[in-house]
Amino acid sequence: MKRATFTTLAILSLVTAIVAQVAQPLEDPAIEERMRNLTKQLRCPVCQSETVAESQAPLAQDLRREVREQIKAGKSDQEIMAYVSQRYTDFALYNPPVKTTTYLLWFGPFLLLLMGTVLLFRYVKRRRELIKVKPLTAEERRRAEKLLSEM
Amino acid sequence: MKKLVFIPLALFIGLVVFLFIGLRHDPREIPSPLINKAAPSFQLPQLHDPQKTLSAQDMRGKVWLLNFWGTWCIACREEHPWLLEYAKSNAVPIVGIDYKYSSDTSDERTAAMRMLAEVGNPYSLTVYDADGRVSIDYGVYGAPESFLIDKSGVIRFKQIGPITEDVWRDKIVPLARQLNQ
Repeated sequence: MKRATFTTLAILSLVTAIVAQVAQPLEDPAIEERMRNLTKQLRCPVCQSETVAESQAPLAQDLRREVREQIKAGKSDQEIMAYVSQRYTDFALYNPPVKTTTYLLWFGPFLLLLMGTVLLFRYVKRRRELIKVKPLTAEERRRAEKLLSEM
Repeated sequence: MKKLVFIPLALFIGLVVFLFIGLRHDPREIPSPLINKAAPSFQLPQLHDPQKTLSAQDMRGKVWLLNFWGTWCIACREEHPWLLEYAKSNAVPIVGIDYKYSSDTSDERTAAMRMLAEVGNPYSLTVYDADGRVSIDYGVYGAPESFLIDKSGVIRFKQIGPITEDVWRDKIVPLARQLNQ
């Protein structure tokens, strides 16, 4: 029993030590909240499928620091986003601005949808023509009767 | 009606073309927004003599190559012997910015000085960016990165990753020669 208590205590203190190391120095929660919201919209240039908010890459950590300091310096969200895109291009923004170079990105899917709809309508229209019931002409009826009588 | 058969084929060929373009395209390479723009200013202490500084302004009137590196960066170590070769040709002065991220608590300055003393120093001058701020100003994300800057302080060329022999011979040297005229 005593041994179990000792083991539990040892594990607990170890966990506390790890947590204490991982925990960041306390920052103003309001600033942290805004920093997190902003960096969630940023793509980490090193590990490109992660946001700057969640990436553990050293560069992402430093970018979080930069964003935090810009917030403290009283910069607006737009100014901070511009700060990042000036250095790492619109590529770093998960919500890139609409401009000539991003038209295809923004409107491409709608263009494809439109093309698909047009093709679908044309196809359906053609099918409808094919399944229309057309009465036999006199000539066709005569031939059909001839074929049937031969059986 | 027969023509419709070719639509999937055409779509497939189109897809293959796009995939081929994708193969030749490195998704890690972010085009620099800084090409043909003024090089961001900086003023940093020199690596070997922290009392002295170097600023981008000090290099006005020269065509120079700015190389971001660090002893923690494996690709920089690979590039290093090549930089020594390139420096011998005297085509452009190479200025090094030794930098590290703030999460890196090691003594980068000492390590960098030791490395330069051991394997040779290709740099006309090296400055030390202790918290990586200048590297962020230059949009550096994959060291080594190098910038060719002209006499008026405009960035003319950027290399992400080590400068290969081809890039040096076919891009940097001719461009530096042209800019020096």
